[in-house]
Amino acid sequence: MATTLLEVQHVTKRFGGFQALTDVSLQVHQGECLGLIGPNGSGKTTLINCISGVLRTDGGSMRFRDMDITTLPAHRRTRLGIARSFQIPKPFTSMTVLENLCIPLAYTAPIQDRGADMTAEAMAILQLIGLEAKAHMRSAHLTLIELRKLELARAMAARPRLLISDEAMAGLSSAEVDEILAILTALNARGMSIIMIEHIMRAVMRFSHRIIVLDAGRTIAEGTPEEIVHNTAVEKAYLGE
Amino acid sequence: MKRAWPVLVALSILGVGLLLTGVMENRYVYFATYVILQYIVLATAWNILGGYTGYVNFGTPAFFAMGAYTATFLMLACKAPFLVLLLAGGLISGLLGLGLGYLTLRLKGVFFSIATLALTVVLQTLIINWEFVGGAKGISIIRPATILFFSSYSKFLFMVMLCLATGAVAIARWIERSWIGQGLAAIRDNEEAAECMGVPTLKLKILATTLSGGLMGMAGVPFPWHVTLIEPGSAFNLDYAVNSLAMPMIGGTTTWLGPLVGAVLLGAAQQVATVTISSELNLLIVGVVLVAFVILAPEGLVGLVRRLVKREHA
Repeated sequence: MATTLLEVQHVTKRFGGFQALTDVSLQVHQGECLGLIGPNGSGKTTLINCISGVLRTDGGSMRFRDMDITTLPAHRRTRLGIARSFQIPKPFTSMTVLENLCIPLAYTAPIQDRGADMTAEAMAILQLIGLEAKAHMRSAHLTLIELRKLELARAMAARPRLLISDEAMAGLSSAEVDEILAILTALNARGMSIIMIEHIMRAVMRFSHRIIVLDAGRTIAEGTPEEIVHNTAVEKAYLGE
Repeated sequence: MKRAWPVLVALSILGVGLLLTGVMENRYVYFATYVILQYIVLATAWNILGGYTGYVNFGTPAFFAMGAYTATFLMLACKAPFLVLLLAGGLISGLLGLGLGYLTLRLKGVFFSIATLALTVVLQTLIINWEFVGGAKGISIIRPATILFFSSYSKFLFMVMLCLATGAVAIARWIERSWIGQGLAAIRDNEEAAECMGVPTLKLKILATTLSGGLMGMAGVPFPWHVTLIEPGSAFNLDYAVNSLAMPMIGGTTTWLGPLVGAVLLGAAQQVATVTISSELNLLIVGVVLVAFVILAPEGLVGLVRRLVKREHA
């Protein structure tokens, strides 16, 4: 049995009268690729926001690397090793692609190393992602796939143990999806655990070791890709009765 | 040596200033340059929060007046020496900035700006009703007859402001080039993404508001002696809010050079206009120039020059 990296227990999140997450529990193991799927509005991004610390939970607890992170602010969680990409890319628009990466590189480094030159490290990540040609371009001028790659590259620059990819492939062509998928697979091969939120089933099924299905803020199914495909509850959630 | 030259530049500026006080007697020159230097401090301080961090502060008069009134109060209460007044003014306004920093947790964008404007009104109302520091009618300040090292008090005030301006620009330049400046820029571009990339956004914002407020307060400390009368209307003057915002916008908000250039140009233009045309025309000039820059050169003079240089090379 692999060791548990992230443990989410009975997490609840309300927005006013709307219950976005109800009693959600899940684990992510060391080196695992976890797929997180569910219909629109099922609470996937809310769950990610709770795990990354953008939102505070209204109940339940979270542990990461055997530490309680339930009340930690987002930047502390990032330094512990949780990094995310955003569904709608949020680049630092006044900076070049390279400078975008230098932010997480600097701020996840120990305080005495923050003034050091991070260029080489940032370039190595850009090479892995295939964005090195755009290193000195202002991030405001990137295309959609480049922005999505930048999201992943910037998350990697935070030196994560757990990478959360929030719909990194939405709106991309089939070839581009394969490109992103190859990057994520390569990262996982280096030992990084990954949570992938995705609507493109072909990608999720191929990539995930295990899949969790959310519907209306509850987990309705969990299992290997094959099990999920044949799960009647999942079918119902997506297609109705 | 690369690290030493900014220090040398700063020291030589102070040296030249000191030399000037030895040879120049015209009191108007000191009066006018004092105002310009004061705007360098205010614009630079504003820019640390407004330009680097992206939080637009309309409350410059509040911080400036807090410095001026802290000094007035301490002078009336216990005749504290000038250095103490300067530090106390910076401290009180810095604390006010600290409070403003926590406000950024809940208020962003235009709502933050409105709150800073409200802060000014609230503080002005408090001062108007505080008789000890003069209330609404204000209080006359008598300059000390003699001052150590200087032949007149104007020269002394000029040197104080020159030190403050040099210090403020040095601080802004240091922040801009350090990892703190990068973090502030990340907050300006996208606060949520910055937090998720490990930037302690609250801590950095509080640092920016405290520093910005403290510097503005220090700029206000010599004010009562400069005009020899302190009253709420002039200490809380909206001109400070407009100017300290317009100067960085005209010069360029992303570098330390921007507010410096903007303050020198606009401040000098205002002084000239006050003497030659009308003392009320000041703000009109600011308004016209600001509108022109927002439309024609949104990145300010520094951005404009950079773009031209780049085109030349390309």
